Amino acid sequence: MDFNDLLTGSLQQALGPTAVVYCLAAIGLNIHFGYTGLLNFGQAGFMMVAGYAMVTMSTIWGGSLWLGVLVGIVLTVILALLLGVPTLRLRADYLAIVTIAAAEIIRQVISAAKFSDKLGGQDGLTGFIKPFREVNPFSEPVGIDGLVRWGPNDFWVMTVGWSLVAVSCLVVWLLMRSPWGRVLKSIREDEDAVRSLGKNVYAYKMQSLIIGGLFGALAGFVVALRSATVGPSFFATDVTFFAYTVLLIGGAARVLGPVAGAVIFWFLITVLDLFFGQATAGANPIIPASIMNDTQASLMRLIFMGLGLMLLMVFRPQGLFGDRRELAIDAR
Amino acid sequence: MRLIALALMMLALLGLAPPAHADVATGQDAATRCALVKPTDDDTISILGRICDRRQRPPLAVPGVTVSVEDADGNQIGEATSAEDGTFVIDLPGTAIEHLGKSYTVTLDESTLPEDTKPEISSRTLTINIDNDQTVLFPIGDAGPVKPGKFTEAMQLMVGGLVFSVVLAMAALGLSMIFGTTGLTNFSHGELVTFGALVAFFIDRLPGRIEIGGAEITVIVGVIAAFVVGGVFGWLNDAALWRPLRSRGTGLVAMMIVSIGLSLFLRNIYQYFAGAQSRNYSQYGAVAPWQIGDILLTPKELVVILLGLAVLVMTTSLLQFTRLGKATRAVSDNPGLASATGINVERVIRIVWVGGAALAGLAGALLGVTQGFDFQIGFRILLLTFAAVVLGGLGTIWGAIVGAFVIGLFTELSTLFVDPEFKFVGALLLLIVILLIRPQGLLGRAQRIG
Repeated sequence: MDFNDLLTGSLQQALGPTAVVYCLAAIGLNIHFGYTGLLNFGQAGFMMVAGYAMVTMSTIWGGSLWLGVLVGIVLTVILALLLGVPTLRLRADYLAIVTIAAAEIIRQVISAAKFSDKLGGQDGLTGFIKPFREVNPFSEPVGIDGLVRWGPNDFWVMTVGWSLVAVSCLVVWLLMRSPWGRVLKSIREDEDAVRSLGKNVYAYKMQSLIIGGLFGALAGFVVALRSATVGPSFFATDVTFFAYTVLLIGGAARVLGPVAGAVIFWFLITVLDLFFGQATAGANPIIPASIMNDTQASLMRLIFMGLGLMLLMVFRPQGLFGDRRELAIDAR
Repeated sequence: MRLIALALMMLALLGLAPPAHADVATGQDAATRCALVKPTDDDTISILGRICDRRQRPPLAVPGVTVSVEDADGNQIGEATSAEDGTFVIDLPGTAIEHLGKSYTVTLDESTLPEDTKPEISSRTLTINIDNDQTVLFPIGDAGPVKPGKFTEAMQLMVGGLVFSVVLAMAALGLSMIFGTTGLTNFSHGELVTFGALVAFFIDRLPGRIEIGGAEITVIVGVIAAFVVGGVFGWLNDAALWRPLRSRGTGLVAMMIVSIGLSLFLRNIYQYFAGAQSRNYSQYGAVAPWQIGDILLTPKELVVILLGLAVLVMTTSLLQFTRLGKATRAVSDNPGLASATGINVERVIRIVWVGGAALAGLAGALLGVTQGFDFQIGFRILLLTFAAVVLGGLGTIWGAIVGAFVIGLFTELSTLFVDPEFKFVGALLLLIVILLIRPQGLLGRAQRIG
């Protein structure tokens, strides 16, 4: 068992581009769920629309990535409106079911064989990354010697990504200390009370859905930039569930909760993955192959994640840094 | 059948037609059924063939079709019209030696075909290399864009839709009852479905076979076991996880997220032990269908539909007419009030968990019988189950069933008009549209939705 390897690999993931993606997605969910109490289970759908919009702008219409980002943002807003109109007047679980359904609709339509000549089908799309990498200031791998190391492309994505995270956190902080943010929080606590004060709860929820969706869109852009490709498998239903886990580990309704959550989540997940990977590798593995082979080892992290999510929700619903008093988790 | 036909075309040598082929032909009515061609007993080479409408089983002869033969330079050297039994014979002029090694193209005149048919292949080229007669087959229909009428097709899809509907209804009923009595939106309900499929698979894989009077019933026992063990699993779910959470006063949203964790956990445990590949049971994999009119129906589909309907009728009667059912509906309506009237709410919830999970397990096993299964079959239909429940009205019993039939039939019948790969998309869109128009669901009451 190579513990140095475990540490290096886990740090690399914990601060790497993937953690950025889930951090941004969780920041969006934090606005939805943490602050407003909306159960959006379709964050992967927002990410997918945005990611594909950015990519297709350059692959199909030959536009720039910036134009793609703009189109992605517009489409995300439209998606939020489409989802919000039928469901925001209903109870929380309706929004949950409709958003999860919508994300699945989006995924199945985009990955359909019928559109594969334009959208790439199951294989996804590539060939848009050049302009992004051309402006990459890093040409050498970056890292701390002996501890962690990223390739120049990854580090460029991380630089952009973590900057986005910083700006996003600042925006969330400013929003949530404003009167507007206080209305959101009171909607989470007691919707009827807010309504009785003459606030248009529906409009506030819609704004929250749109803004949180936009952070999901940022996550979608980073997914595309990270992998230099977009494909339907990056936006499966489980992605949303992972983002929720990230949010809940860090603590919902905390500005920095998603950041802490993303780092911790990916550290733990990678440690588990590498541990079981090493424990089952080689000619004479620590865990005999009759108990666990390497395919089964790759499932262990998800088994632990499911277990962890349950235990977290049962014993510490406020997460590591959340405030239990603030968060009446039983949102409407 | 089609593969066999293709293989026969490859053979293309009359003398070598396999005996199985001949068997099929002997029992057929020569006037309408597609007949085997008979070699001509002379020393010239003839090109023989038959034109069969393969949309019918057994294939029907297509008479009156003109077939012509051209040599390599494009000169027509022979022509014939298919007879009443679909066969045609074109004698090549000259002696056998002259034709050896030369190739000829046999072409079907498409304008002489009946209007609603289309050939799979309209011309074939063959090379004469043995001094014997040559056979060509022209299967008609199947591959062409012209399909049987929309009505027939709709009826055929209806069969698949009904099978899917009853299975979906069983899963949805459990989900809806659990939601009704505990308020839990259970994202791990799909795993209860998968559990049933896996239990049946486990029984199926046990060494030996279970027989009654010589007939193997291993899979039937497996399906029953899925129902029973599924119920036990539901009880375990409730006792080990949900009841403690309820007594702690954990909120509904927190429980919903716990159920997501449980779903991930169980799904990966299943994959750990059962692997990722798609599986089938040892029995009822390929069953010969019955032909009723234009519709094909396999016995297992009929059994699943009837069994499913019986189970649904039984469950709803239990809920509608027994004291326990009344208590269940009371708890579903208002747990506090039910408790105050002396109903043991926890007991009702326990029974609902057992019943709901047993139905889900049965649904999983039947799904496995009809279409095979893998470790995430339940997760895959989870969204459709939710759609069914929400469509019919969350927490209502009849709503879940009606919703399941709407979703089940809609997914299948929508393939009449859209690509099959979009059939789930259509069902989910239907859900969103219904929510827009009637948010409480088809059978829900308006005040239930808060």
